[in-house]
Amino acid sequence: MNLADLSSNLLYVAFVAYLIATFVFGGAVKGNKEGTFNSEKRWGRVAITITLIGFIANLGYFFTRWGATGHAPLSNMFEFTTAFGMTLVGGFIILYFLYKTPVLGMIVLPVALLIIAFASMFPSEVSPLIPALQTNWLAIHVSTVVIAEGILAISAAAGLIYLLKVVDPTKKSKQRFWLEAIMYSLVLVVGFVVASSFFSLTGYEAEFTYVDKEDKEAAITYAMPPIFGMNEYVALTDEAMAPLIETPALVHAGKLTTVVWSVIVGTIIYWLIRLIFRKRIAALLKPFVKNVNLQLMDEIGYRAIIIGFPIFTLGALIFAMIWAQIAWSRFWGWDPKEVWALITWLFYAAYLHLRLGKGWQGEKSAWLAVIGFVIIMFNLVVVNLIIAGLHSYA
Amino acid sequence: MENLQCQCGHMNPPGTNLCESCGRSLTEKEQNSKLVDMRYEGTARRSQTYNKSIIDKIWNFFSSVKVGVSIIIVLLVAAAIGTILPQQAFVPATTEATIKDYYADTYGSIGRVYHYLGFHDLYSSFWFIALVGMLAISLIIASLDRFVPLYKSLKNQRVLRHPSFMDKQRIYGSGAGAEDTLEKAEVKLKELKYNIRTDKNGLLAEKGRFSRWGPYVNHIGLIIFLFGVMLRMMPGFYVDESLWLREGETRAIPEVPGYYLESKGFELENYTGEGGEEVFGEALDRVGTVAKNYQTDVVLYQKAEDALPGAADGQEMVKEYPIRVNQPLKFDGYAIYQMDYRLDELKAMTFALTNKETEESLGELTIDLIDPVDTYELENGATVELLGYYPDFSGFEDGEPQTATPLPNNPGFLVKLITPETPEGETSFITIQNTVEPLGDNDFKLTFLSADTRDVSGLTVRKDSTLPILGLGGLIFMIGVAQGMYFNHRRFWIQQKADGTILLAGHTNKNWFGLKKDLDQVVEYASLPAYTDQQDEIDKAEKAEKEGEALS
Repeated sequence: MNLADLSSNLLYVAFVAYLIATFVFGGAVKGNKEGTFNSEKRWGRVAITITLIGFIANLGYFFTRWGATGHAPLSNMFEFTTAFGMTLVGGFIILYFLYKTPVLGMIVLPVALLIIAFASMFPSEVSPLIPALQTNWLAIHVSTVVIAEGILAISAAAGLIYLLKVVDPTKKSKQRFWLEAIMYSLVLVVGFVVASSFFSLTGYEAEFTYVDKEDKEAAITYAMPPIFGMNEYVALTDEAMAPLIETPALVHAGKLTTVVWSVIVGTIIYWLIRLIFRKRIAALLKPFVKNVNLQLMDEIGYRAIIIGFPIFTLGALIFAMIWAQIAWSRFWGWDPKEVWALITWLFYAAYLHLRLGKGWQGEKSAWLAVIGFVIIMFNLVVVNLIIAGLHSYA
Repeated sequence: MENLQCQCGHMNPPGTNLCESCGRSLTEKEQNSKLVDMRYEGTARRSQTYNKSIIDKIWNFFSSVKVGVSIIIVLLVAAAIGTILPQQAFVPATTEATIKDYYADTYGSIGRVYHYLGFHDLYSSFWFIALVGMLAISLIIASLDRFVPLYKSLKNQRVLRHPSFMDKQRIYGSGAGAEDTLEKAEVKLKELKYNIRTDKNGLLAEKGRFSRWGPYVNHIGLIIFLFGVMLRMMPGFYVDESLWLREGETRAIPEVPGYYLESKGFELENYTGEGGEEVFGEALDRVGTVAKNYQTDVVLYQKAEDALPGAADGQEMVKEYPIRVNQPLKFDGYAIYQMDYRLDELKAMTFALTNKETEESLGELTIDLIDPVDTYELENGATVELLGYYPDFSGFEDGEPQTATPLPNNPGFLVKLITPETPEGETSFITIQNTVEPLGDNDFKLTFLSADTRDVSGLTVRKDSTLPILGLGGLIFMIGVAQGMYFNHRRFWIQQKADGTILLAGHTNKNWFGLKKDLDQVVEYASLPAYTDQQDEIDKAEKAEKEGEALS
């Protein structure tokens, strides 16, 4: 077994460990009688041990891959997103030892699992570095950013737990709608993973040529049955399904097809859950948060941002500017990724100032923390895949 | 407005909430509340006191945190709008008209509206810069409005406070004490690294006051950073030039007086997937070619001090350096970056002068496409005169050949061929793979033999003297953030009344948990009276009231 194979096997180990730990954390929390924490204490220790084993395997994946490729594995969509899943778990472990809260693990671990699964849908073979990335700043800048984002995301997890506890699932409200919307969007990621895996396992491929927005002939391979066809497409694969709708050149029909398949599959899964349990997902999770100390969740959410914000400033702005000055001759160029890093930073700066005022702690802070995570994910997914720029390495 | 005199006799400036000397509540609101509002120590902030003149109103506007946050949010949204479509710097068009057309052609009506609203150059727009300016003003005014009174108040704080100040603190306790209680408390607090001041029957223990300056320090860092950014508009601070340098060429570096750069060669290397790169084989098969290195080997020369101006010689070699991405050439505050390249630009073309009929050659000539000469003498007495040279021939206009650019992309030559047989000369217009004979059929022609090519390096010449200022701003910001976030300002006031009763109060700007942990140790060691967290009591009472309502 060479180093690269060892690396991917370690990632599997981590994945499975997180999966098991999720259920143990869930059981630990659920097993509590109202107002007592005996089950948490007993099973929480087991769960965190499994998590730690997973995290060590995850670190093992990271460093063996580093050894195999000769560069920090933070250079493309697969590597960065996987590392994000890892730092998310790392952030959780730190806060677990500060506050001893199994319920946090029950929320963070499945999200980390989703993120790692999402990452695995992108090409994962070891790839060489383009000249712009051949420097130690890759490891310095990107690892700082990914650690900061992992920690900041913990505040969203704490916020989510806060909301699960305070939002009443039996009364119709804006809060109930948006909380369920968060759950639904997490299920959509599952939809993406399921759809991608299904079509990739069945070996689906359909090739087309088309005319791009610069009026040039180009080729594309669909990995999913084409719902949307590229501008002036011509099918090259015979038995492939004919696209239902042709899009103008501006719209990338291939990506749109992936999105729509994910939404279709995700929505089916979501409604299956709703039909089987006859409850909203938020309501399903409600029994798990009955013992949650709201003040503590608010504190964890705030603490995570207090730790994450300076690291984010250092990694995503200061180190980023130093590297940009070295590689691109200017420390700032309004590249979309740079702009969204600034937006993320401004958002958390606003959060910190708002918390000075009365009435912004608690539920409002929890919503803000969740929005912060949405911005981070937007920068990771949408800016990389849709808004092209200097940082589009995927 | 008049000064406020406290019962203790101290004159407080107008707008003060808590007496600067004894801490008594001065306003009705403070007097009626269960806990005092300790933010900014109850001092008079200008923004909360004056609201008459226009200056007051402007000051009050910018000193508000709400306004500051609103500016941040507006900036954030504006910045996001700028990423919906690419900014003009990233589109393949350079003139105003072509940029406008590009947005309309590529993005349709959305592009047209986007361009019309000026969003294609959003970050240099007047209003965006004005917003950043407003944020800077807000940073300065909001900080001054709070820092000045807070600093004065903490600097002049007294040890002894009025009991009404103490019992309105969140952490409060009172009860009987022993004779040595104060001394013992002092010992323990010293052990916990508190600074102690005593006055008569009272004690003030304080730790981490510097953390209160954190926000102001980080704001100063941001102001310095923004100042540095502004400074680059001043001439001399900032140079941004591009330099296209051909292999073998030496050129003066633009905007860098006295320096010359020679390119020894440009190299583009791709990953092969062989040797140590086998591990990348799969990735290379999927994506095709991946660049491994862009490199220009250069020699930097400096004009000798005693050299005549304009003289080509008199240059001294400074250094040889391979410029690569991430490894710019640095000298004298300047840096030169590998940014772009053009492969195989035509350098020279070699022709043979041949007799059309016999195909007999009268000799060869090589035309340098960057620096052609007027006349080429061949061995057998024949001459080729270059009447006109069009490096990037684009067609005829009014019978005259035109060139689109000065780059030799599609060279055209108007030549006169003079041979012993045709002493008058024959005129011919030659472009790649095409010959036009405007003045009738010729006997001779130039036959293309070969072309020399070379690579061109696209380099960026940069000087940015503001970088140290930006670095300083960033550093101060980080120090301020750490100072304000990772430390906290804890204080305890302890008093022993004549009858031996101990009054105990504590305050921190954050992390009450840590404060209580400190206090618990002191309470145990010095047998202080038990204390309560009055905020918790209030919360509990409120909760009970709510539940009571729900039950009834």
